[in-house]
Amino acid sequence: MIKKLKQQSPYHLMLIPSLVLVFIFSYVPFYGLVIAFQKYNPGLGFNSPWVGWDNFHHVFNQPNFVRTIWNTLYMSAFKIIGGIIIPVMFALMLNEVARSGIKRTFQTLVYIPNFLSWVIMAGILLDILSADGIINNFLSIFGLKPVAFLGSPSIFPWTMIVSDIWKGFGFGTVVYLAALTSIDPGLYEAAVIDGAKRWKQTLYITLPLLMPTIVLMSVLSLGSVLNAGFDQIFNLYSPVVYQTGDIIDTYVYRLGIQQAQYSISAAVGLFKSVISCILVGVSYILAYKVANYRIF
Amino acid sequence: MIQDKSLGRRLFHILNYTILIITSLLCILPFINLLAVSFSSSAAVSAGNVAFWPVDFTTKAYEFALTGGAFFTSLWVSLKRVIIGTLINLILMVLTAYPLSKSRQKLMGRNLYMGFFIVTILFNGGLIPTYLVVVKTGLINSIWSLILPGALPVFSMIILMNFIRGLPEEIEESAIIDGAGPVQILTRILLPLLKPALATVGLFSIVGHWNSWFDGIIYMNNPANYPLQSYLQTLLQSFEQIMLKSGTDYTQLLSMMNARTGRAAQMFLGAIPILLVYPFLQKYFTKGLVLGSVKG
Repeated sequence: MIKKLKQQSPYHLMLIPSLVLVFIFSYVPFYGLVIAFQKYNPGLGFNSPWVGWDNFHHVFNQPNFVRTIWNTLYMSAFKIIGGIIIPVMFALMLNEVARSGIKRTFQTLVYIPNFLSWVIMAGILLDILSADGIINNFLSIFGLKPVAFLGSPSIFPWTMIVSDIWKGFGFGTVVYLAALTSIDPGLYEAAVIDGAKRWKQTLYITLPLLMPTIVLMSVLSLGSVLNAGFDQIFNLYSPVVYQTGDIIDTYVYRLGIQQAQYSISAAVGLFKSVISCILVGVSYILAYKVANYRIF
Repeated sequence: MIQDKSLGRRLFHILNYTILIITSLLCILPFINLLAVSFSSSAAVSAGNVAFWPVDFTTKAYEFALTGGAFFTSLWVSLKRVIIGTLINLILMVLTAYPLSKSRQKLMGRNLYMGFFIVTILFNGGLIPTYLVVVKTGLINSIWSLILPGALPVFSMIILMNFIRGLPEEIEESAIIDGAGPVQILTRILLPLLKPALATVGLFSIVGHWNSWFDGIIYMNNPANYPLQSYLQTLLQSFEQIMLKSGTDYTQLLSMMNARTGRAAQMFLGAIPILLVYPFLQKYFTKGLVLGSVKG
């Protein structure tokens, strides 16, 4: 065994840098989670007094925390649903385009927003959605009143949902197009012989064969239900819409970094991490069971 | 594809193309609007005359961006970050993926190592504990705070590992017979074969480093050290401040409009690098999806 270990030592040595760095920046923070059970005082560090579950009780009794969880859940639910339906539809429509050059042009255009950061996208959205931005100017042509897309608590979540789907659907389209190209053309030929028109072909061949990919993408997005899009919301919200726009991550940020309530913020973060971890675990097991997909 | 010339089919095609064209336009028109705003005079922008073509063409906003403000210093920070960060990502990914691509017999404790890395995908300490660790390691305000916490992108490493596993084993066996050790095998034989996979995960890293903004904001105390996206993010926030404060004051409104063209120019400059490498990105990201085995 020692001989074997010696023989393998180059491999183990290669792993050391990664092990050390991942340990410091991913595992040491686990220890830092103890502050969720303390009344953290930066002077005392981890020797701060223990308070048990007090931070959690405190947070859960705050009316705005429950509201934050609700905002998180419903915004991500709509983002996930729309983020699956729209790319599937777009891919199916694109699949009806016979000329590959045109097909690729469409695909290229809708894929662009994916690569830009939410900072730049927010810059664009702030501009086009402002009271005198291009969208409100366009609406005024029809005599409609300007819409406060980012300043109205009732509209803000929908602006987030729609813009998130808008930014991301190109990625999904590419995934589904890749799945579509792997469908055996012989199936369509057989269907044509049986007298099936395009609509029937889509309904009885394309959609069922696309199902595993759709299921897989849905299951995998389950793991991110509690991430309703920090980058997006952080860059677009303002105190006016905290009530409907605040999500867990933005709440943790404001509490922790801006108000320096480290313990409470860490408690919220821990709560979110535990639920997320369970969801990710469940979604990977489901992905394996339902779609026979494994990443490792 | 079998051509169907019936009326219904033709109507469908017209409708299909219309929807595809409108959707694609929705994805690029905002960028064109941003570009038009950035090249227009602030008076034309505030009058709401600018849509997709510059009005009163001027390069003032770009002159401002390129001379005043922190645009260039933050661009330099970003470039350093992308180059050093991507190099470190690639080195660590190769050093980790190669040993982990071995079977359990050839690498003792392989599953333990694997579990060690995968846990970090499932669970993380959250914002506050991670922030405290970065503070404790003394990396605050240094570019290493942006690079080291994510030095090993675990998901990309798994893609690479799966790619190595897909290579024929005989290549390595014959090299061993010729007397090559693990290091020689890695540098002389595997690295050349890994080029396409490295290009894919390398691009993931480049885009990731270029687009991150949040770590810059929280780990850099001094805005002079902000990478470009973090700097652009502060532009968004200050613009919001102006917007909230402006009210009906006309002079302030005018300065806000100047800010609008100025901001548009800087946003566009921030987007250019990604748009330039976009053709490569698209190709490799699609490839990466397949390598990552999100397959139908």
